[in-house]
Amino acid sequence: MENLEQLVQDGLSAVDSADSLQALDQLRVEYLGKKGVITQQAKTLGKLSAEERPAAGQKINEAKGQVEAAINAKRSDLERAAIEQKLASESIDVTLPGRGHDLGGLHPVTRTLQRIEHFFARAGYTVEQGPEIEDDYHNFEALNIPGHHPARAMHDTFYFNPGTLLRTHTSPVQIRTMEAGKPPFRMICPGRVYRCDSDMTHTPMFHQVEGLLVEKNVSFADLKSTVEEFLRVFFEQDLQVRFRPSYFPFTEPSAEVDIEWGREADGSVKWLEVMGCGMVHPKVFEHCGIDAEEYRGFAFGMGVERLAMLRYGVNDLRMFFENDLRFLRQFR
Amino acid sequence: MKFSEQWLREWVNPQIGTQELMDQITMAGLEVDGFEPVAGQFSGVIVGDVQSVQPHPDADKLRICQVSDGTSEVQVVCGAPNVREGLKVPFAVVGAVLPGNFKIKKAKLRGQPSEGMLCSESELGLSESHDGLMELPADAPVGQDVADYLQLNDVTIDVDLTPNRADCLSIKGIAREVGVLNSMLVDSPAIEPVESVHSEVPDIRVEAPAACPRYLGRILRNVNLQAESPLWMREKLRRSGIRSIDAAVDVTNYVMLELGQPMHAFDRDEINGGVVVRMARVEEKLVLLDGQEVELTPGTLVIADHEKPIAIAGVMGGEHSGVSSKTRDLVLESAYFDPITLAGKARHYGLHTDASHRFERGVDFKLARDAMERATRLLMEIVGGEPGEIVEVSSDEDLPEDRTVDLRAPRLNDVLGMEIDRTTVEEILTRLGLRVGKLLKDGWRISVPSFRPDIAIEEDLIEEVGRIYGYNNLPVTEPTGSLGLRPEQEAVRPVSAIRNFFVDHGYQEAVTYSFVDPKVQQLVDPDRQGIALANPISSDLSVMRTSLWSGLLKTVAYNQNRQQPRIRLFETGLRFLQEGDRIDQKPMLAGVVVGNQYPENWANGRRTADFFDVKGELESLFRLLGIEIDFIGAQHPALHPGQTAELMRGGEHVGWLGTLHPQVQKNLELNGTILMFELFLDSIVAGYVPNFKEISKFPEVRRDLAIIIGSEVAFTDVERVARKHAGEQLTTLRAFDVYEGESLGEGNRSLALSLFWQHPERTLNEDEVHSLFNGVIDALKEELGATLRS
Repeated sequence: MENLEQLVQDGLSAVDSADSLQALDQLRVEYLGKKGVITQQAKTLGKLSAEERPAAGQKINEAKGQVEAAINAKRSDLERAAIEQKLASESIDVTLPGRGHDLGGLHPVTRTLQRIEHFFARAGYTVEQGPEIEDDYHNFEALNIPGHHPARAMHDTFYFNPGTLLRTHTSPVQIRTMEAGKPPFRMICPGRVYRCDSDMTHTPMFHQVEGLLVEKNVSFADLKSTVEEFLRVFFEQDLQVRFRPSYFPFTEPSAEVDIEWGREADGSVKWLEVMGCGMVHPKVFEHCGIDAEEYRGFAFGMGVERLAMLRYGVNDLRMFFENDLRFLRQFR
Repeated sequence: MKFSEQWLREWVNPQIGTQELMDQITMAGLEVDGFEPVAGQFSGVIVGDVQSVQPHPDADKLRICQVSDGTSEVQVVCGAPNVREGLKVPFAVVGAVLPGNFKIKKAKLRGQPSEGMLCSESELGLSESHDGLMELPADAPVGQDVADYLQLNDVTIDVDLTPNRADCLSIKGIAREVGVLNSMLVDSPAIEPVESVHSEVPDIRVEAPAACPRYLGRILRNVNLQAESPLWMREKLRRSGIRSIDAAVDVTNYVMLELGQPMHAFDRDEINGGVVVRMARVEEKLVLLDGQEVELTPGTLVIADHEKPIAIAGVMGGEHSGVSSKTRDLVLESAYFDPITLAGKARHYGLHTDASHRFERGVDFKLARDAMERATRLLMEIVGGEPGEIVEVSSDEDLPEDRTVDLRAPRLNDVLGMEIDRTTVEEILTRLGLRVGKLLKDGWRISVPSFRPDIAIEEDLIEEVGRIYGYNNLPVTEPTGSLGLRPEQEAVRPVSAIRNFFVDHGYQEAVTYSFVDPKVQQLVDPDRQGIALANPISSDLSVMRTSLWSGLLKTVAYNQNRQQPRIRLFETGLRFLQEGDRIDQKPMLAGVVVGNQYPENWANGRRTADFFDVKGELESLFRLLGIEIDFIGAQHPALHPGQTAELMRGGEHVGWLGTLHPQVQKNLELNGTILMFELFLDSIVAGYVPNFKEISKFPEVRRDLAIIIGSEVAFTDVERVARKHAGEQLTTLRAFDVYEGESLGEGNRSLALSLFWQHPERTLNEDEVHSLFNGVIDALKEELGATLRS
């Protein structure tokens, strides 16, 4: 019994200097196992009197507990150290770039078209599509542009033969949609259009969105609100908008729409033409079998590239169709 | 149309500045395109009088002139060939500043002192003309400031008129608009008939009255065409963008600008017999005033004599019958030609003249006589001469009718969206020159004057009221129509979802021209003919695309030439094919991939994209769309014969995926392995609406096998056979390894498959699975000659 204290002291110091979990397990066996040196002390109890026995037993148990606690504490320490070492060995440079694809991007024309479609879809407009190789009737005649009309000269048309052409605007889609359905209508017609013209500010192909609203009771004042709201929503600015009388064969009255775009040196508003619009010409309704006394309509049209150029600050129209990746990547 | 502001203000002179005037007419629908001063900025230039001209002792081309400024004389050395005694010229005195901040100082020219400079038109910024000194009229007041004398405080205003506003192609028309906008009366020169002094009249025969409903002719005898047009006329013409030629041409141009009536003057001696207005005959030729010879086509209205055409009516005169300084007698023409007959005729001959521009848009059909009288009087003031009677040939039934159009007040208000005061409406219309009569019930009956052929229906009148009232003074209201819900098919995915899919997979969207280079298209799609444009912009944009690949491959070349090795592009759009009488226009989805599959970085490495990368992406797309597509080994002329798949949906062709054929790639000068696909959009957008199936609670069983099989046997065949024998409870079959190697023997490959079974209602027992698995193995052996790999 005298050496019990010594055993505990030896055990504690051995545990303290153990440097691995295996060594610790070995010490547990050595001190606390069935044949462990402290466990063995219990055998000496038999030599003691019945009175002495409980106190001695308790001492042995206390000694066991003391060593056991030390082993457990040491185990936690070693385990924690092992995890820390593992974590240290697993640390990475989180600033290196990630794996896999980078993102592509939509063409700026598509991006612009999608915004326009989105605005009008929320106002109940459908999106209508139509052929790009058109016949003379739908591109011109039905829109009140007969063969001799001087407005044809404004259109620089690509022809395949005298009756077949590349549409010069998306208005023929409106005609086709009206022919196929019944009023009221709210639609926009986005798409590619073609004019036989190519220089700094013209490409032979570009995109338009034309809108049409046909209802029983609609006025020029309604057209004004639609166009003004659209332009303010599109540019996310409370722009000044003005309507200037103009001429399109398929609308009467007709207007060009200018927006405020900066200021002149003298402080006056600099105006920039962005759209055309007007009230649907009765002849157009007549061609589509709609009673112009019962229904009225307004129409508007815009060049998508022009809006995209203004919105994103692109300074050369031709870049839209060169598809230079260094250009396209700027719009993703 | 270009015109001088001063000229306009002679007709109507509102008390507003130039800018405000231009803003006003722009906002009335006559868009001002620009303006420029009629002369350069200069000062210190006076009317000088050349008193004497002596040769320069040391220079052949210089002269020594004594020039008077009205009070004293100074010596000026001058090199202009037209300097002569008694000439009145713009004289820049010492201290003058000419355009370009050019200061005039005392100088010595070849030893002779010179105090000042005699000026040409170009030196004053009046024109480009370098033909010597500008010659001022003999009565120009010596010493007066030239800028004051010539009234150079003026601008040329350029108005871009819409084709309906032919009435504004004249000072008279623009003045009318300005008068309306400012509620002012408009002055106009009094036009009095000229009394004839002889009885000679031109012989005029109109054989095409529908094309020429009115033709007026008059003989002006014994004119002196040596006489020059007066400076005021030349200046007005110049400031309106028209060059002075001679008195006859200048006067007809002047009347055209002033009143809007194009006219023509012929040399009477060159007209054989009389004037005939008729359609051109086959193979007739005419040398025009600009010197070019044209072969006339039937359908062209000509002015002819009894022998040959002498002018294309309303477009341009002939050279032969044109006036010259030797012309003695003039035949003046003032006519109304039918706009529809003339439409496009000038363009047909590659011409566009001031006359054709006006006639095509519609000249006032009642203007010809006034214009004739005005021109005669102006001409006589310059070239003298003896006027004869006017001969007028007109066909009332072919002339436009005097029109009335009704305007209903309620309709006006409904269309514009506000009620406009009735007296305002009446005043606007009256000032525009329309005669306003009361309509019985709530509106007006309007008589449309002959100068407004564009006003034909009620809406035209509504526009007139709206534009003069001011579009920007009209209210702004919201459309009130109700918005119903619209049907939308859940199974059909929007194209935007497809676009976003590709964007998410690293593709950049391209938009290429719908017309392509036929040479490129021939390589990409040799079996089909693109529809050719009749008037392409250039040969490399001359046929419609039959496939989106032509444009995309050109885009690859463009970017490879700009050091972009990794290119992933997609495009959507129509492709065009002639199918008999019909043109087939179908929306396509196409893409090209070249370079590394992933952007090169430390983690991605530099693996080049291959067929299975792109196939995997398409398979993901098809899952997104909810469709099943089979990839079948096939041949396409533009694709690698061993790396081409035809894409089928339920047995229907929907597109292609493959590697660009190395030969085509070489011909197109492209680098790298180029993967391409093209699909019919309409064939892939409609998938299905999900339909829930009970999830099995019972365990799934997996069995793997490896077989050795001929390399020519497609995986899909292996799959088909295996599935056929694997029973209904097979849930999944996948290939987890494919291997080719010498150890397998030539022409063989090893395929490792996993099969999964699961029963919805019970646990499958070992024997069942074992027997199905063996059935699969036996079938692969028997039907495809496979052997089990040990």
